[in-house]
Amino acid sequence: MTQKTLAQWYDETYGKTVDPALFDKLGGEAAVDAAVDIFYRKVLSDDRISHFFEGVDMEKQAAKQKAFLTLAFGGPHHYTGLDMRKGHAHLVERGLNDSHFDAVMENLAATMVELNVPDKLIAEAAAIAESTRKDVLGK
Amino acid sequence: MAKISYGPTSFVLADEQSVLEGLAGHGISVPFSCKAGVCQTCLMRATAGTPPTEAQNGLKVNLKQRNYFLACICHPKNDLTVALPDDVHDSVPAIVWKLELLNKEIMQVELESQTPIDYRAGQFINLVHDDVHVRSYSIASVPRLDKHLQLHVRRLPQGKVSGWIHDDLRIGQEVEIRGPAGDCFYTAGQPGQPLLLIGTGSGLAPLYGILRDALDQGHGGSIRLFHGSRDLHGLYLSDELRELERRHPQFIYTPCLSGAQVPAGFSQGRVHEAALSEIPNLKGWRVFLCGHPEMVKLTRKKAFLAGASLQDIYADAFNVSHA
Repeated sequence: MTQKTLAQWYDETYGKTVDPALFDKLGGEAAVDAAVDIFYRKVLSDDRISHFFEGVDMEKQAAKQKAFLTLAFGGPHHYTGLDMRKGHAHLVERGLNDSHFDAVMENLAATMVELNVPDKLIAEAAAIAESTRKDVLGK
Repeated sequence: MAKISYGPTSFVLADEQSVLEGLAGHGISVPFSCKAGVCQTCLMRATAGTPPTEAQNGLKVNLKQRNYFLACICHPKNDLTVALPDDVHDSVPAIVWKLELLNKEIMQVELESQTPIDYRAGQFINLVHDDVHVRSYSIASVPRLDKHLQLHVRRLPQGKVSGWIHDDLRIGQEVEIRGPAGDCFYTAGQPGQPLLLIGTGSGLAPLYGILRDALDQGHGGSIRLFHGSRDLHGLYLSDELRELERRHPQFIYTPCLSGAQVPAGFSQGRVHEAALSEIPNLKGWRVFLCGHPEMVKLTRKKAFLAGASLQDIYADAFNVSHA
């Protein structure tokens, strides 16, 4: 199978899990750009989870944070549960658990509060992020 | 209908097809992940033609300027020749124009490229010793101000290439260079933004270039340069920097010594600590970090936590190789 057909198969199988209405209301890509520095800074400063980010390439990590925020904001992405599992398996081995996921959720909400996002939209984004919990934690 | 060329392959992109899909369909595997222009895994560069601005969304301004783009969201209207970020650059011959010791261990090498190369102060070139030994050196010269390429080469203990440069290189000799590459350079457009430049050892080379480039382009915002070394002997270009300080009131040069002997007029301690204690809030600053990889890595994080946006932090860590 060539990469092209693999990619097509992937799209057809999983589709694009997006919520364009939410993404628009949050302000789209510009909102993600505004959020990524604030969110990543909170995560790196959070003693509960910062050790998971020791030694990582900050630029690559910021792009991943941006991808995560895009997903949570209902934006276009192609991540699947399997990607989430594979991407976090090495962290689960190092002890990543519900308490750490909760900390990330807190930082996500605090980021949106800082950007004056209305509570209702924060709840919607949080629900999308929450839906990745089982896969992220490899359950 | 846009034609895409990659190495010896070229093809016409079908409607609705992205450059990523087009390349994949022609057997060229480009790493990708999100396919939505977010994760930046499929970063490529146009070496001829201009990529559409939509395909550069979210990239740092220095990458945009150098025609980088995201292949997965690139639907060009005009022809593009594309390359992966680490594809090998063509080699060009250069003549050694001048060799000058700047201090006990740092040699300034001036090179005259035999074919014009388009570079920015602060980028790096690769200097080829032989097939196996190639080293990256940052560029201290500014194309508009200096006739020749200037590199600062520190002699490393048992350094194969640096030893060759210090001991064997002769004026008039022809060497092979590749590049330039790297996104650590000054961009105009925000002449009032404060700039923080932190470097250790020969990490001063790119910063010296960036500083003079910025001043020459009329940067009026505050520019702070912190250069660190263990002792006085490790500092260099101090007189030139003091002179720039006199001529440009917005520029302040702070030499830092981490050793025990610290004469008056020098800051004591490690260079990044000195900088961050003087400027604890970096919100709105553009930051350039060059030199020791551990210093660069640590300071990148500290500068970000101190409020600098990641998009505004540029670094060129040396790959210190002792081979």
